[in-house]
Amino acid sequence: MNTRGMSTTLETPDTREVRPATGRRRSARPGTWRHALRRDWQLYSLVILPLLFFLIFRYAPMLGNVIAFRKFEPGGSIFGETWVGLRYVEMFLNDPTFWTVFTNTLILGGLTLLFCFPLPIVLALLLNEVRNRSIKRFLQSVSYLPHFLSMVIVAAMVMQMLAIDGPINQIVKALGGEATPFIQKPEWFRTIFVSSEVWQTVGWGTILYLAALTTIDEHLYEAARMDGASRWRQIWHVTLPGIRPTAITLLILNLGTFMATGFEKVLLLYNPLTYPTADVISTYLYRMGVESSSMSYAAAIGLFEALVGVVLIVSANFISRRTVGTGLW
Amino acid sequence: MVTTVKSRGYRVFQGINAVILTGVVIVTLYPFVNIIARSFSDERYIVSGQVNFFPRGFNVKTYQLVISDPMFWTNYRNTVVYTVVATAIAMVLTTCYAYVLSKKHLKGRTVLIWVAIFTMIFSGGLIPQYVLVNSLGLTNSIWAIVLPNAISVFNLLVMKAFFEGLPQDLEEAAAIDGLNTYGILWRIVLPLSKAVIATMVLFYAVSFWNSWFTAFLYLNEQELFPVTIYLRNLIAGATGAESAGAVMSEVSAAAANIQAVTIMLTVLPILAVYPFVQRYFVSGVMLGAVKG
Repeated sequence: MNTRGMSTTLETPDTREVRPATGRRRSARPGTWRHALRRDWQLYSLVILPLLFFLIFRYAPMLGNVIAFRKFEPGGSIFGETWVGLRYVEMFLNDPTFWTVFTNTLILGGLTLLFCFPLPIVLALLLNEVRNRSIKRFLQSVSYLPHFLSMVIVAAMVMQMLAIDGPINQIVKALGGEATPFIQKPEWFRTIFVSSEVWQTVGWGTILYLAALTTIDEHLYEAARMDGASRWRQIWHVTLPGIRPTAITLLILNLGTFMATGFEKVLLLYNPLTYPTADVISTYLYRMGVESSSMSYAAAIGLFEALVGVVLIVSANFISRRTVGTGLW
Repeated sequence: MVTTVKSRGYRVFQGINAVILTGVVIVTLYPFVNIIARSFSDERYIVSGQVNFFPRGFNVKTYQLVISDPMFWTNYRNTVVYTVVATAIAMVLTTCYAYVLSKKHLKGRTVLIWVAIFTMIFSGGLIPQYVLVNSLGLTNSIWAIVLPNAISVFNLLVMKAFFEGLPQDLEEAAAIDGLNTYGILWRIVLPLSKAVIATMVLFYAVSFWNSWFTAFLYLNEQELFPVTIYLRNLIAGATGAESAGAVMSEVSAAAANIQAVTIMLTVLPILAVYPFVQRYFVSGVMLGAVKG
């Protein structure tokens, strides 16, 4: 990916704006690096530490991915010792567990997207219809709350809710069923994961939609009413188009995190009994790399995962620019 | 027009809406209520599945039990220390970078922006990061927690957007009066940015307070754990006991009770400040969305 090429697409007229001429500007030929450095060296000095952060903790690991093609020795160079080519790639392509976790990743990511993307829109539309301001504020405060919890706490709560003696099993028993150890059952994992994800994120997801809703011109609704549009028609023809840019931006962002869906939560909630449905690429590579110390093998899987993620986000952005004219860049 | 707005269909809709939203509130809050109830209940009632909205066999002995564990307090104190140090470092780095990015005349600005944004699209991945942190010798130290996540690009973009909105004239006037860039940032820009700084401190503090995975990955000594790992190990222990099957009665009963109490104590600071800080979060998210 060419940084320069992308920067030109980012440049909107206002970023080209030049600061009004001050006395200092005349000291060197404007537009040269020497001039810029002389004038703004104090500004540049401020970026040194943050740039070091990005180089060490973000870009060095990107380069570190070469260990996917090199044999890594514990205690040796972080870039590996000897080239082994695509050995590790072939290894995971022939690894049946890899295909299981790949499928699980797609299913879990797909289900999460299917529920966690549209439900905030629905909730925002419902909240938007609440006319009493203080009730509305109360509803919003309550719905944001789970967002502020640590994943550990969410996982602990999920386990408490689903425990043999927990509330869900009380309901099951009240309805005449048998108490089930849900956390131990692979067939329940996806339901548990997605519903807890909804619980945690749906309220927070409404914020941007509610903001977008307030920007829709009241006159559009009036005009629609004049034309005899029912409430549903108004939602369909005025409200939904009004929040479309927001929805598309969030959809692209969701697609970008698709491959990494719920890594922390899966890691906290799964156990060997539920691996058949719960184990995803990121948890598998965690076990391979950190627990079994097969760094190169795990890095190869991780690189594959990241590349799929990039392809998803770039193509989503491309499609959205082509079809609706907005994108992240 | 009024008749269409207040039609029968609309009233029905309002009724259904009220029912749905009430349901949402109950579903969202019930886990909290239940955990509170469990934390004050006698374990016999928990095991027999009789605790719902209210504690049964009210007592605080599990609270006493958890509070009297010195490791709990060590880990709790670690969480506080990590949160404070990490937030401070993150704020310094983020503010500096965001301020520079907000200077539209700066040569190389677009490159600097893309250095940050590119890391949102493509990340190095867990394994190279893990290898790097280990080989830098950060393992088993606070730096493994603090440094690898020192800048959140989202927060950076929020601050950049805010700084861009500040009046340029003030800074120019200050420059004419002889303040250098550092002086302008410290004496002019930061005092004008209290709102966004408060928001960012909150964003960072909550994320560091809640984080567990970096600690899980890089810390091996119990004395260094944050309280989230203390809680995680409780859950892991409890699921282990449950899958053992037969012996589950007393072990997991006590475990369930201890878990509930630990959840309460960990979440308490957040619940306590939540009502006061919530609106800052909301404005921060919207600010980030406008120009993100």
